[in-house]
Amino acid sequence: MTALVLLDHEGGQIRKAALSAVTAAARLGDVHVLVTGDAALAQAASRIAGVSKVLHAADARYAHELAEPLAALIVSLAGGYDHIVAAAGATGKNVLPRAAALLDVQPIPDVVSIVDAQTFVRPIYAGNALATVRSSDAKKVLTVRSASFDAAPAEGGSAPVEAVAVVDSPDLSRFEAVQLSDSARPDLESARVVVSGGRGMGSEEKFHALDPLADVLGAAVGASRAAVDSGFVPNELQVGQTGKIVAPELYMAFGISGAIQHLAGMKDSRVIVAVNKDPDAPIFQVADYGIVGDLFDVVPQLVEELKK
Amino acid sequence: MKILVPVKRVVDYNIKPRVKADGSGVETAGVKMSMNPFDEIAVEEAVRLREKGAASEVVVVSIGVQQAQDTLRTAMAMGADRAILVLTDESPEPLAVAKVLKTLVEKEGPSLVVLGKQAIDDDMNATGQMLAGLLGWGQGTFASKVDVVDGRVNVSREIDGGTEQVSLALPAIITADLRLNEPRYASLPNIMKAKKKPLETIPAADLGVDMAPRLSIVSVAEPAERKAGIKLGSAAELVEKLRNEAKVI
Repeated sequence: MTALVLLDHEGGQIRKAALSAVTAAARLGDVHVLVTGDAALAQAASRIAGVSKVLHAADARYAHELAEPLAALIVSLAGGYDHIVAAAGATGKNVLPRAAALLDVQPIPDVVSIVDAQTFVRPIYAGNALATVRSSDAKKVLTVRSASFDAAPAEGGSAPVEAVAVVDSPDLSRFEAVQLSDSARPDLESARVVVSGGRGMGSEEKFHALDPLADVLGAAVGASRAAVDSGFVPNELQVGQTGKIVAPELYMAFGISGAIQHLAGMKDSRVIVAVNKDPDAPIFQVADYGIVGDLFDVVPQLVEELKK
Repeated sequence: MKILVPVKRVVDYNIKPRVKADGSGVETAGVKMSMNPFDEIAVEEAVRLREKGAASEVVVVSIGVQQAQDTLRTAMAMGADRAILVLTDESPEPLAVAKVLKTLVEKEGPSLVVLGKQAIDDDMNATGQMLAGLLGWGQGTFASKVDVVDGRVNVSREIDGGTEQVSLALPAIITADLRLNEPRYASLPNIMKAKKKPLETIPAADLGVDMAPRLSIVSVAEPAERKAGIKLGSAAELVEKLRNEAKVI
């Protein structure tokens, strides 16, 4: 059996989450990958360990991974594959369900575990339940959570690159512009340490109180939905059911109460630390270490201690 | 321009879901149900587009049991003009929902379908994209801003590393993300008015759509519980624990 993995990219780099999708696909069979964009991306794809063929869609219409042309392209390639896989990020979730509909397949999103070629485990109800589902479709279309599969090594492979033919599709959508947050910090989904703030941060300005701590730990910065709702930080920092799912070695939550939908995004972290003024905040029920106190006192003290 | 907004009745977002003892699913009997929060955002956006003059009518549709009428009434209290209930006792998967919606789109002829990006029960995040595929329409998913200009719709989309703008030919599909708007609360007079707005019920079987599920549930289980750890008195103590006990820094 062979699986086709859509390798999504951003800012000229293959997203690390896509490497986890390669690992998941390797559990299902031989791995071919589909990548759009320039030749450098195709070369990067060919070096990923475990990839046996790279399909490169170099045409400009695919460069921005617009769902309409890309889903049509995937459908044209689908004949040779039993599984079509992508990381459960913004691109995979945009493109794969469309392709699945065109293939008359019910997609299986957010897979956290592969039981066999037909059977997959996925969280439902914000991770409050884990459903094991078996697909009766001839092809399986799935997105996988990067937090649940190790990233395939980015180097070590030498797969051949094959150009794929353009598929005619009506001009339904047009890419206009993109704004990427130019953070020097590690990517939220693959960071070893995540420092997150919630409503307790108080304001956009005061949210930056976490910066020195993130700096000293080399951590990514995250946020609860409440902090995003309050306009403290942009949405791409959101951790939770409807944001990013993270499972770092260390997750530190500051001024986050611990709503169900936030816990859904971080409770698989190895070690959880919570700092909150409210001793009854639900976040303490999942935290390995807690401090009841004012985060604006605790954060500078932590920075001080960590520098020792 | 007509806008169609599909809405789903789900377990209220404040309720902690309980897995049934026999592992067949999540308990919904006797549990408070509400409109899926992302669908509220979709309804709000459609009503705002009508209020701005970009749309003339907002039609809401739900696929589900008789009680989904309550969800449709809520949407009409927020400002939707009329409602359609596609009656079924099953919980159709996104593929089946998209097929049902396609028949309604063909009947109603909307220029825009606005959906929530994801239902908070099955967390599928698929119906809008699948409907767009079946209709051959453009899709602006995870929208944080929507502008209808000159026969096109411009959409700002939430992506992994930031925001992206796309422009779509109409008709098109939009799926609403969190920051698109803040849904209004229905006022009492509007709740009363909503009771008199038209609500049409169509048995799902009458639509002639294959709604058979493609996924069978093998089991539904509670995830492993995390245990509460210890509370510490100082930052110094915490750093010591992280270094020497958890060995994580």
